[in-house]
Amino acid sequence: MTPARRARGKPGTRRGRNVSVRRIGARKVATPKPVAEQAVALNVNGKRYVVTVPVRRTLADVLREDLGLTGTHLGCEHGVCGACTILLDGQAVRSCLLLGVQADGHALMTVEGLSNGERLHPIQEAFWDAHGLQCGFCTPGFLMTISAFLKETPDPSEEEIREAIAGNLCRCTGYVNIIKAVQLAAARLRLPTV
Amino acid sequence: MEETLALLAEYGSDAKLLAGGQSLMPLINMRLARPAVLIDLNRVHALDYIKDENGTIRIGALTRQRTAERSPVVAAHVPLLAEALRWVGHPQIRNRGTIGGSLAHADPAAELPAVAAALDASFIVARHGRGTTTPRVLSPQQFFVSYLATALEPTEILTEVRFPPLWRDGGWAFVEVSRRHGDFALVGVAAVLRLDREQRCRDVRLAFIGVGPTPVRMPEAESFVGGRTLDEGVLAEIWRLVSDRLQPESDIHASADYRRHVGGALARRALQTAASRAKGAS
Repeated sequence: MTPARRARGKPGTRRGRNVSVRRIGARKVATPKPVAEQAVALNVNGKRYVVTVPVRRTLADVLREDLGLTGTHLGCEHGVCGACTILLDGQAVRSCLLLGVQADGHALMTVEGLSNGERLHPIQEAFWDAHGLQCGFCTPGFLMTISAFLKETPDPSEEEIREAIAGNLCRCTGYVNIIKAVQLAAARLRLPTV
Repeated sequence: MEETLALLAEYGSDAKLLAGGQSLMPLINMRLARPAVLIDLNRVHALDYIKDENGTIRIGALTRQRTAERSPVVAAHVPLLAEALRWVGHPQIRNRGTIGGSLAHADPAAELPAVAAALDASFIVARHGRGTTTPRVLSPQQFFVSYLATALEPTEILTEVRFPPLWRDGGWAFVEVSRRHGDFALVGVAAVLRLDREQRCRDVRLAFIGVGPTPVRMPEAESFVGGRTLDEGVLAEIWRLVSDRLQPESDIHASADYRRHVGGALARRALQTAASRAKGAS
């Protein structure tokens, strides 16, 4: 890919796109030509990144390889394990099942965005206190799933917690301590902030 | 929308439409699918809507499953869909997965095709030139062709699914058995019915998933239940009849015998639940 070609696509706009005009009957319809790379503007954890990426690269790979945000883990790469869960406009999604270019213009949050500097997020703290992790590989995905869940369900029952984390696999803890961690985090997050 | 249709006309079978990506992206990631051209629908907002039109619920193909699951319109008029959606994957999947995408993918173990089959939904299909003004309208029997195969031509797109309203006094149920919650169903059943004044079942429809290449309606069982009260004898007979008639295949997840057995048990459970929800029930 030459630098000239690379510069053609401008993030967030359609102007720079390579367009062909197709005549169907009396009408002309402009259709974009397929491209192999595209420039995207990503808002991750409140920070703006502009990168040119292969259009087939998954969002998880863009986060890890292009932005260096390796906290998002990849387990199965087909949407089963939940390790790559991030927030897209506040909703928990599998970043391995999105393409990087699809995130253009959306607000993303990864596990790196949870803590406030050295100070852990209450959910992270609860995982620490309740021993909600052992090897830690699945933890980023759990943390992001749970942060979206507790925003919607601040006072969940154990049954609701079990269902909420059903889409995240952990092979060490047996889930019992993860459930305890969610209960602890929920209780702490419900306290009025000082 | 016009641009999407023009792209499909141009690239046809070289192209795949990318909706929520919860089925196509795994196939691409595992190198099972390598489409030359990917057409991303996610910015075609014209396909994202839920409308109540004189009782018929029109759902745009790109409507997220999570949106439909939480829609008061869906809850009021297509409660069977709301109930089945809770069985689709996990919240993370439903946040991205779309109504049209799941139907067009046509996995024989997916939940939504059973809902469409039980409710006799209409599939609205557009193509460039024919446009959205004169779409093709297909029934579930026409739309679902085989395993992961539909009647959609390479240049066509599913734009909308129309659900006729459930009768005001109707009952419904969706039940399934899967290895873990969120997995595809080993067997699943969607049931709708009405009860008359004597508590006899009317207008019974049963649609099974996981037991054939497409959702399976079972007219024999439907007509057997029609006009009968769901007493123990009838329920036992339903179990036997459904188990006899189902012709599932064995696979790594479950044997054909197991699926037949569970299919009968689920049909019985779904009918009981549907009857208890029907307004005619005392």
